[in-house]
Amino acid sequence: MEKPSTRLQILNIVSAVLILIAIGLVFFYAPEELVMGQVQRIFYFHVPSAWVGFLAFFVTVVAGIMYLRSGEPFWDRVGHSSVEVGLLFTISAGVAGSIWARPIWNTWWTWDPRLTTYTIMALIYIAYIMLRQGIEDPDRRARFAAVYGIVGFISVPITYFSIMWWRTIHPVVFGSASENAKGTFSMTPPMAVTFFFSLFAFTVLYFCFLANRLRLARLQDRVEKLKAELLAA
Amino acid sequence: MPSGSPVLEADVPAPAVAPQLAGPADRLRHYLRAVGALLWKDLAAELRSKELLSSMLVFALLVILIFNFALELDRSAREDVAAGVLWVTTAFTGTLGLNRSLSQEKDRGSLDGLLLAPVDRSALFFGKALGNLLFIFVIQLIMLPVFTVLFDVSMLQPLLLLAVLLGSIGYAAVGTLLASMTVHSRSRDVMLPILLFPVAVPLLIAAVRASSGVLTAAAWSDLSPWFNLLLVYDVIFVAVAFMLFEYVVEE
Repeated sequence: MEKPSTRLQILNIVSAVLILIAIGLVFFYAPEELVMGQVQRIFYFHVPSAWVGFLAFFVTVVAGIMYLRSGEPFWDRVGHSSVEVGLLFTISAGVAGSIWARPIWNTWWTWDPRLTTYTIMALIYIAYIMLRQGIEDPDRRARFAAVYGIVGFISVPITYFSIMWWRTIHPVVFGSASENAKGTFSMTPPMAVTFFFSLFAFTVLYFCFLANRLRLARLQDRVEKLKAELLAA
Repeated sequence: MPSGSPVLEADVPAPAVAPQLAGPADRLRHYLRAVGALLWKDLAAELRSKELLSSMLVFALLVILIFNFALELDRSAREDVAAGVLWVTTAFTGTLGLNRSLSQEKDRGSLDGLLLAPVDRSALFFGKALGNLLFIFVIQLIMLPVFTVLFDVSMLQPLLLLAVLLGSIGYAAVGTLLASMTVHSRSRDVMLPILLFPVAVPLLIAAVRASSGVLTAAAWSDLSPWFNLLLVYDVIFVAVAFMLFEYVVEE
């Protein structure tokens, strides 16, 4: 089996280091929040994870469009890998948010629009993966996955948009807060530093996971091709 | 055989070669005729067998029946819930209709025949989607009086019909695109709801809110955001579906 390239190995190490620094910042550098206490620190993991979830979906759409235009299998692999990695971050963001919500909102879950949109996005990811599993022909699979990725992605902001017309209890840290938003807080500079560093670290981690998953996808494709050649011979 | 035989001069374009068209008006006419022909094919087939409409109708009635028993409602609760029941029923019945409609195309191989026709692929999409829209809308029109009777809520209001129409348009457009993909996959019947429902959520939210608002006689200022959302969803997804359909059916 070919070894991961040097670039990939460096990326792995760099991401690990960045995440460790981020964890350090979150627990030792950022101050304790006035109202919520220690549990507020989840924010530094939850929001970047959620952001990465959206980023991954965006990458999938771009990859889908590129695949439909060029037909290069590389773009299909990117789309597929991004969905899997994105699903991971999406679920972890949901779990982290849920853990935070229990002491603050007094409930594990609520069907407020932002959470609902997020669940729907996760369901679209899962549907994407299931669609891929259901189709045998590789070219058709790639095309259909690209089309569904595009359709799914476009639906997410529209779902999110309906938040504008709903009252929400989800805290709005960036932007105007509705009077029902519980758990909103304003950030002091050390918090902002921690948050943005964490955001950066998570983004790098996403690309690291994506690159590793891409390598796996490439190897899988090669195995498929070898199998087909063997069976044809 | 005399030239100008009535069979050969029937009102169709020459089979193998697209006619040289003069300008945009001609192209539009040709396009609309293609869409109309496809729609007519679906309607004619359906009128003969009534297979799709009857199964959708029976299914819809059974779903309403189950809801009626599952949610034991007093009159005030019914007005809130009636819209929800209407759209859940539509969602499920719609997937049934979409699945059947597109499986027929694939299983009988008629999709391949259609692809050989000298028409724009998007015309195929519009023809198919309009057919599906018609079936869904007809079922809903039949359901509304049933609702009025069973739920004792007056469902025959113009604004409600508008909400129903707008919701059906969006659902039929996205549903046609996704169904044309799922007919090729394993477990095709369950695949369509899995793909369609998450994407149709904003449509269903807006449709339920709009319908429910109309039924509870809400002010227009409360209703208009939902009607706007329905319109926006329809415009965006009809456009997206029509552009992507070509990539789905190409070989």
